[in-house]
Order: sequence, then structure tokens, then C-alpha cells
Amino acid sequence: MEKRIIIAEKILGANEKLAEQNRALLDSAGVYAVNLMASPGAGKTSVILRTLAALVDRYAIAVVDGDVASSIDADKAADAGAIAVQINTGGECHLDAVMLQSALKELDLSNIQLLIVENVGNLICPASFPLGTHLNVLIASIPEGDDKPYKYPGMYQGVDVLLINKIDLLPYIDFDMAYFQSGVQMLNPQVITFPLSCKTGEGVEAWIAYLVEKIESMKR
Amino acid sequence: MHELPVTQNILDIALDHAHKAQAKRVLRINLTIGELSSIIDDSVQFYWEIIAKDTIAEGAVLNFNRIPTLLECQLCHTQYQPVDREYACPNCQSLKFKIVHGQEFFLESIDIE
Repeated sequence: MEKRIIIAEKILGANEKLAEQNRALLDSAGVYAVNLMASPGAGKTSVILRTLAALVDRYAIAVVDGDVASSIDADKAADAGAIAVQINTGGECHLDAVMLQSALKELDLSNIQLLIVENVGNLICPASFPLGTHLNVLIASIPEGDDKPYKYPGMYQGVDVLLINKIDLLPYIDFDMAYFQSGVQMLNPQVITFPLSCKTGEGVEAWIAYLVEKIESMKR
Repeated sequence: MHELPVTQNILDIALDHAHKAQAKRVLRINLTIGELSSIIDDSVQFYWEIIAKDTIAEGAVLNFNRIPTLLECQLCHTQYQPVDREYACPNCQSLKFKIVHGQEFFLESIDIE
């Protein structure tokens, strides 16, 4: 006999549960965690290197690098003084909470104050897979064009902080900042925005100051 | 997006509930998917046929119940459906809105025997 079973369960609920576990683990160790998301080439690694240069003398920082293949980014982070863990997703387009959980096991969290997760370069999938980090950061960059909020609303909606990188290229590229910003405003009026250039260092200080305040707010 | 892990989650949830109900077979899987959830039905269907093979859900029909986007203006409280990605409120042109419907991503129910 046929019958219907009502389930009403979130399809990605398993990931959300694991993300909550990750958050609890990070909270209990007093580690402030940041999930960095962006399209390939927007400057995730450059932002990490700038952040490490500013803070590595002050805090113990771990970087978890998600890439489809290779450990190029993790090597750069290690050279810059971070404790680096590489996750090769083997073709998967995003990191999920399970992958972060296994990376956390490789770290001595009691000796870390800041954890930066470099997600796979992608403006679609990472938005659907929360990791349990405290801060979700999107890096946009000037050469990508000013229409990206309109094309990738899911990503722009789900983040706490937006870094607009490569502002040194504004004189050379047709990028309508007002149009870009109105798209951002529409999708995510609460988002905190930092325009900056990892090349020249302009604007980086404000981002660092914000991050320091967040790290200090963690109870240890 | 990432249809393979999504399809795997659908299968896991469905089999879990089907086994608990001592089902012999899963006939239909009813999904509620908001328009803003970027999921490709055909792609889920494609993976489904591969991963559901040799389980009691093999051959089950996937029903996609698509929920249209519905926004509510935070200033004048008009509810409206955006047309062609034009998200401004048709009444007061404000861009301060909240999403009422469109982000759903649920496994609603399964039909078993």
C-alpha cells in the first residue's frame, strides 16, 4: 500500500549541523574564524598575505586553503608565517563543513587566535555551504566588472563583509562604482565594505583594524 | 551549482526515512525548491539515476515543486514578485526588501510502499 511520509527537512541540513559543530569547537578554543570567498583571481591569496604581514607578529594565525588541486596557496601562506593546512577538494567546487572539520583536526586550536579559510574560487557554490566560521567575507575586484552583484545575488546576500580589491585599477577600467554599490545595497544593506588595493596597500589598514577588533572580541 | 552532493543528501534523507518506515520501495520524492536556489532539475535527475541505483529508491520519481520569489518592501510593506531581476518595490521604488519566498530548499515528503 502506498503512503506519504512528511519529512520537511532541509536538503543541506547535514552541512548546517556540522557547521554548528565547527562553530562550537572554534568558540570553545577562542579561535576567530573567517571564510574568504571570491571568484578565481579576485585576490584571496593576496588579501591573506597582506593580513598575515600585518598581524602575524601579534597573533598565531592558521590558514586553511581549499583548492581543486595543488598546494601553491598553502605554501605561500606558510612562507608568510602562518600555520597552513591544504585541502584539495578533488574537483569539488566549494569547501563544506565536513572538509573544514577534518582540517580543524590537524590544528592545535588552543594555540591559534585567528583562522582564515580560503574557499575555492567560485561565486556560486560556497554561498550554499556555511562552514561555521564567524565572519563570511567576499572579495570582489575591479577587473571582474561592476555587474557581479546582479549576476551572483546568492553570494552577495550571504556575506558580512565585502572587500573591493584592486581599486588601483579604477582609472584604467570601466567600472561604475555607484552601479556596483547600488547592487550590493539592494541585496545586502547591512554588509560592511572596505575598498582596498593589495598591490599598493591602500585601504588595507581599515580592514586590519576591523579584523583586530573582532579577534579581540573573542573570549579566551 | 553542486548537484552531486545535493543529490546525495536527497538520497540519504529519503533512505533514512524510508528505512525507518520499513518501506519496500520509494515511489516519489517531493522537493520544494525556491526560485532563488540555483539548482538544475535535469542535473539532479541525471545524478539521481546513477546514485539511487541498487537502493530501494531506484526508479523513484523526483517532483520539483518550484516556489516563485516573493519580496516584501521594508518601507511600505508591499509584497511583490520581481520581474527580470528588477528588485525595486513597484509601489515606492525602495530597494530595502526582505525575501519572503524563493530560498526554500527542502525535501518535503516521500511516497513509499
